[in-house]
Amino acid sequence: MAKVTLKGLSHSYLKTQSSDADWAIRGVDIDWNDGGAYALLGPSGCGKTTLLNIISGLITPTKGDILFDDKVISGLNPVERNIAQIFQFPVIYDTMTVYDNLAFPLRNRKIPEEEIKVKVHEIAEMLELSSTLNNRASGLTADGKQKISLGRGLVRSDVNAIMFDEPLTVIDPHLKWILRSKLKELHQKINRTMIYVTHDQTEALTFADQVVVMHEGQIVQTGTPVDLFEKPKHTFVGYFIGSPGMNVLPCQIKGNDVIVNGKKIETHQQIKKSNFNKTEVGVRPEFISFSNEGIPVKVLSVSNTGRHKIVDTESETGKIKIIAKSNEDIPSGSAFLKFKKEYTYTYGDSWIIE
Amino acid sequence: MSLELKNVEKKIGLDTHIYSTNLKLEKNTINILLGSTLAGKTTLMQIMAGLDKPTSGEIWFNNKNVTGMKVQKRNVSMVYQQFINYPNFTVYDNIASPLKITGVSSDEIKQRVGKVAELLKLSGMLNKKPNELSGGQQQRTALARALVKDSDLILLDEPLANLDFKLREELREELPKLFENRDCIVVYATTEPSEALLLGGNTATLQEGKIIQYGKTLDTYNKPNSLVSAQVFSDPPMNIAKIKKSGDQCSFLQNDIQWKTRLNIKDGEYKVGIRPHNITTYKEGKNTLEIKGKVLISEISGSESLIHFTNGNLNWVSLSNGVFQKNVGDEMNLYMNTDEFVYFDQNERLVSNG
Amino acid sequence: MNKTVNQKAWFFVIPVFVLVAFNAIIPLMTVVNYAFQETFGNNVFMWEGTRWFKQIMLSERFHASLGRQFLFTFIILFIQIPLGIAIALTMPKEGIGVPVCLVLMSMPLLIPWNVVGAMWNIFALPDIGFLGHSLNALGFDYNFTQQIGDAWFTTILMDVWHWTSLVVLLSYAGLRSIQPAYYQAAEIDGASRWAIFTKIELPKMKKVLTIAILLRFMDSFMIYTEPFVLTGGGPGNATAFLSIDLVKMALGQFDLGPAAAMSLIYFFIVLLVCWVFYTLMMRNEEKS
Repeated sequence: MAKVTLKGLSHSYLKTQSSDADWAIRGVDIDWNDGGAYALLGPSGCGKTTLLNIISGLITPTKGDILFDDKVISGLNPVERNIAQIFQFPVIYDTMTVYDNLAFPLRNRKIPEEEIKVKVHEIAEMLELSSTLNNRASGLTADGKQKISLGRGLVRSDVNAIMFDEPLTVIDPHLKWILRSKLKELHQKINRTMIYVTHDQTEALTFADQVVVMHEGQIVQTGTPVDLFEKPKHTFVGYFIGSPGMNVLPCQIKGNDVIVNGKKIETHQQIKKSNFNKTEVGVRPEFISFSNEGIPVKVLSVSNTGRHKIVDTESETGKIKIIAKSNEDIPSGSAFLKFKKEYTYTYGDSWIIE
Repeated sequence: MSLELKNVEKKIGLDTHIYSTNLKLEKNTINILLGSTLAGKTTLMQIMAGLDKPTSGEIWFNNKNVTGMKVQKRNVSMVYQQFINYPNFTVYDNIASPLKITGVSSDEIKQRVGKVAELLKLSGMLNKKPNELSGGQQQRTALARALVKDSDLILLDEPLANLDFKLREELREELPKLFENRDCIVVYATTEPSEALLLGGNTATLQEGKIIQYGKTLDTYNKPNSLVSAQVFSDPPMNIAKIKKSGDQCSFLQNDIQWKTRLNIKDGEYKVGIRPHNITTYKEGKNTLEIKGKVLISEISGSESLIHFTNGNLNWVSLSNGVFQKNVGDEMNLYMNTDEFVYFDQNERLVSNG
Repeated sequence: MNKTVNQKAWFFVIPVFVLVAFNAIIPLMTVVNYAFQETFGNNVFMWEGTRWFKQIMLSERFHASLGRQFLFTFIILFIQIPLGIAIALTMPKEGIGVPVCLVLMSMPLLIPWNVVGAMWNIFALPDIGFLGHSLNALGFDYNFTQQIGDAWFTTILMDVWHWTSLVVLLSYAGLRSIQPAYYQAAEIDGASRWAIFTKIELPKMKKVLTIAILLRFMDSFMIYTEPFVLTGGGPGNATAFLSIDLVKMALGQFDLGPAAAMSLIYFFIVLLVCWVFYTLMMRNEEKS
């Protein structure tokens, strides 16, 4: 197990780069502690798969270094890095039994058969595969196969990190949470560095202690699930985490005042500088309520999801969504909105102003 | 405009795929077929479209018997889960394809394609080929093709299932608006209860080839006629426990939790259904019950936390607002809102809710 | 899904049915007709029952040619399958090399069979052919028209040259369809090159390889043109495989009855082997 550090990583698939858009990832700095559970979260095309391949050694970055336990390993190939990887779809050796599949990485490393036996049984027990050890691996269901892929990474004691590349893609929806809880439980038991790559916020937030959100090749925020929800550092995080995402409205900053739709509103932070091209206010639908005064809006529609109501409203400068209790009365026509001060943030050029 | 299924039944060999079904669908609203995979949604849609013939029963369209009439002779559009477009056509030609067959003048084609493209935000990419588009845009193209001709019947078979989470959210919001002012019948199949709730309209719950309940979406959700209907229409799954009622006291069979009830039903054994959002980490409602749980996993999705826990020999699911990270195996107290309990008799028919 | 029943579809089947009747069923029935009767021409037939079948089954000549046929087929399968896989493994996976290799590989497959026979005949002639001359110049006593061993050697070499490409192309297609993740996972597991071959590539190629073996079995078992042009079945009857022997009997000696019986036995052997092979393959499929 190792601590993983990425220093000033940038990568481009092009030979020459003229603008930011030519970089698949740019300026990535990460410090991951030994034994932590981390997630890389972002939509398709955000650079998370490139980053994953750089860590596992399949891609050599254009700039920057990768360090395991403070040793630069940028030049090593995937095998020398000792990284285990679990792919989108299960990779198993069809002709072998479950036992042989799990024993394969150890046999390749010439570990004595006795030792292998103990290790394989221990891991099989953990993954609830004990009863199937003598079955052909190809006969198992998708989740069983994915457990084998995972097991092959776990049996080795020399693994620096285990990486998951959207590992639940082919798993039936109702089995997903079972496998998710298994993964989480495993991490608590064995304490190895695990890195989980996904576009699914639930998977990322559930699995990881620290989530890295990526957008257009950059890290926009690293934080705990609570941080990402309560204090998005970038408007993209606000949009991407939570359903529906954060409302973002244009605003003007005059002195210390933040003005939205001509009304002065109170925000979480004191504004000190205001030399931005674009200033916005962000507030989640959960932190908005109807009031007698505030931002004037027109109520467009209400959809009741059983446990709450999602209200669509339109203000002078854009749509605002509100989440209300399912038994709450929603005004029709014109109404006023009040934002909860401690969860209302101002953003300059999409980044939070602090 | 109306579509009516009269005693429609579908058998393949000895297997009954659709049990005798009566259903009357209305225009100007989305008719949702909700059920898990293999519940019979697709078969039912194929019968409606005329791609498949019922073994017995009749299909009436606009008070005319159309049973056995071929799909080519009906005016039907269909959108599938996979993004089905002509790979060698541009987006424009893809959208225009249903009109070209019917021999509409090229001026009119141009005008209608332009209008639909505008509606589905495809105006900028009319000259691209489908493989140059993102998944969301490909599905928008398929939707545009279905909308461009004035179909009497539009069938959507899990159209959002293969899209990223955020894209799904976006498109789901636009869909009901697309059909609002059309003189046609829209049928939408989905496996996700939350999707049905967000789309509104009417919902039919299906299980194993039987329609369990059909009515306004929110009514079907709030007043399930049976345990099966409630289970189909609950995601995460509804918690179900056996209870005993004597006098004004109710108690679970598996532990000693008791509560008072104003239910006016005979004493005896019943089943109670509790939706996950009525078990929370905080007290909600006037009458709450405390329940002890041992955490299996806590899943976090944006602003909500799903805590799976065990109590007695049952697995429970709770859904709370806010981010709660719990370790596997933690002990905790949760609160159930007894006002929202749904009671079923031994035959799993609804006796009372609340 | 079961579709709407439409009886009109039968009309589309009729032309095919007529065609198949003319090119398969009617000729086959003629052969069956001859196999059970004796004829002296002029459309005079006498019922012979199973006499020709017994005669063929007991004839040493048939046993010998059947033996030669099996030996030949096994040898060429034994060479072509491993060789084909080996070549497929060494072929480039991307870049300009791919189309170049594919075109070069397909070339022998495009040459008409009798041309292949004629080419190799000239190529191997001991006095003027490049192969024959070179071998003799190197000190080998090589003459495929005279020596049994040389005749076999040349016939097998010709078949390998002509048909290994087919195995290569099929194996290559099988190899290309393996997802890169399998190789990455194997590398991470520390698998050797040999382990990657036996544990991943070979199992994943199983389907195409069964097809390759089946095709090569059928083709080689029915081989006629190339050895006929190359050796004419000689020296003596040394390379007279089943089909060559059959033609000799039918058209050379005009023994129509026994030849017809032999055709049917031949046909059933091919059918039987293919059926056994197919069922074994299917059973294997079900297991996994």
